[in-house]
Amino acid sequence: MSAPGRTLAIETSPHLASGASVDTIMRNVVYALLPVTCWAVYLFGLSALLVLVTAVLSCVLTEHLLCRAAGRPTSVRDWSVVITGLLYGLTLPPALPLWMVATGGVIGVALGKSLFGGLGYNAFNPALVGRVFLQAAFPTAMTTWYPAQLSGRFTELPAAVLTFPFAKPDFDGVTAATPLAQMKFDQVATPAGELLLGTTAGSTGETGALLILAGGAWLVARNMMNWRIPAAIFATVAACSALLHWAYPAQYPGPVFMLFSGGLMLGAVFMATDMVASPITRRGVVLYGVLIGALVVVIRLWGGMPEGVMYAILLGNAASPHIDNLVRPRVFGTSRGRAQ
Amino acid sequence: MAIEQRDAPAADDLLKGLWRENPVFVQLLGMCPVLAVTNSAINGLSMGIATLFVLVLSNTLVSLLRRAIPREVRIATFILIIASFVTVVDYLIQAVSLELHKSLGAFISLIVVNCLILGRAEAFASRHGVSRAVLDGLGMGLGFTFALLCMGAVRELLGSGTLFGVAVLPDAFQPWVVMVLPGGGFFTLGALLLLINHMQARRAASAIPVEQA
Repeated sequence: MSAPGRTLAIETSPHLASGASVDTIMRNVVYALLPVTCWAVYLFGLSALLVLVTAVLSCVLTEHLLCRAAGRPTSVRDWSVVITGLLYGLTLPPALPLWMVATGGVIGVALGKSLFGGLGYNAFNPALVGRVFLQAAFPTAMTTWYPAQLSGRFTELPAAVLTFPFAKPDFDGVTAATPLAQMKFDQVATPAGELLLGTTAGSTGETGALLILAGGAWLVARNMMNWRIPAAIFATVAACSALLHWAYPAQYPGPVFMLFSGGLMLGAVFMATDMVASPITRRGVVLYGVLIGALVVVIRLWGGMPEGVMYAILLGNAASPHIDNLVRPRVFGTSRGRAQ
Repeated sequence: MAIEQRDAPAADDLLKGLWRENPVFVQLLGMCPVLAVTNSAINGLSMGIATLFVLVLSNTLVSLLRRAIPREVRIATFILIIASFVTVVDYLIQAVSLELHKSLGAFISLIVVNCLILGRAEAFASRHGVSRAVLDGLGMGLGFTFALLCMGAVRELLGSGTLFGVAVLPDAFQPWVVMVLPGGGFFTLGALLLLINHMQARRAASAIPVEQA
């Protein structure tokens, strides 16, 4: 760098880069999601495959077209929008009409990501923005679940999947309730073994708890995910539900059920850890996880809906800049009282 | 010559509120009713007409009394005038349609605090003659009604597949429930603003070569 006779090169920190770029990390997240994606296709068959493909394609296409419309080079190649699409597809019911899947994908990427300025500027997790829009727009379709491991799932499609765009879906008779809905409305607890393997009704990718954990562990081992976020969420949910279950065993489910049912695993491991929309400080991340965990417990146990992970994470996203402000580290050399 | 000079601003007083200075789409005034009561076309239209009525009458009275109102208490006086007319509108709607009165709810009384009406009283009616103030109120009120009708029509069409309560879209249409919820108001307003700004940007871009030529 500073060869004799040359001007001294001056650059700002960081001087050491780990070599991990956006697309390396994003590609690894896709690898981590592959096992749970395959498991989702195995459990729910052809319709889950179609939902996932549509979700990814709609997100990627939207990003590409909006980049072109804005006159920017396309940012599809950094893989981040593929993850958005894949995660978004994994949170959807397996027999959601494909036109709804595409609508939510367009809205999630357009309103949740491009409108804020693209990757790195999104205040909310784009996949969840798409899902929350669908939940508000089509509440019936978004809460109609199909049982896992139906016998004809690889050969025939539920009629609702191929509904003509903008038409009402026609759900046939084989719907099922998710473990959380069974708990909330019928006080029936699903056995823990089924929850761990994910052979229950639910969103395409939220049920395989063990595979999600494995994917997360792989990312943590490669130092590509902040393990403190899911750890804080799990600890909070477990502690709150254990306390409530111990005090009122008949009324509230125990921690194992709370941890492994619904979208908590997928949300905590792959969505709350969105690098853009989560806090950056170590203490901030813990606060963020505790906030999300507490909101999950509150919404699930006392809210009107059986599941609240999506809302909890979006609220956590909204709070994360403020959390970062709250726990701003002391600037070196300033007094402890005022961090100006 | 003198007549022409007076005619040009008079027409402009009326027309500017409709599009160029539209109170909702350009000035972004009175957002509370715009977002809150436009969940159906009929609600948007009747809210717009109620506001139009109050706006024209309050502009008239403020303009008539503009030399009598002491400058120090003008805001309070304007609000008093506006509130009187809102009370009239409130009872009028109650007499015409109790059902409509119920669906608009507190937002009829809240016309009092619509910043559009106070804004026109302060910025226009208290500085101009009665005829111009009436035209300004009429133009702004019609522009406001037009905007509310647009919002209400879009939201009702997507949210329930109807327009003024009449089924427009086929029975198989899946309603987008979110459009009649509060969130739909923000989505619709944002989309309409995007469309209007886009149209104006295109018009501005196409106007430049004409001026040069």
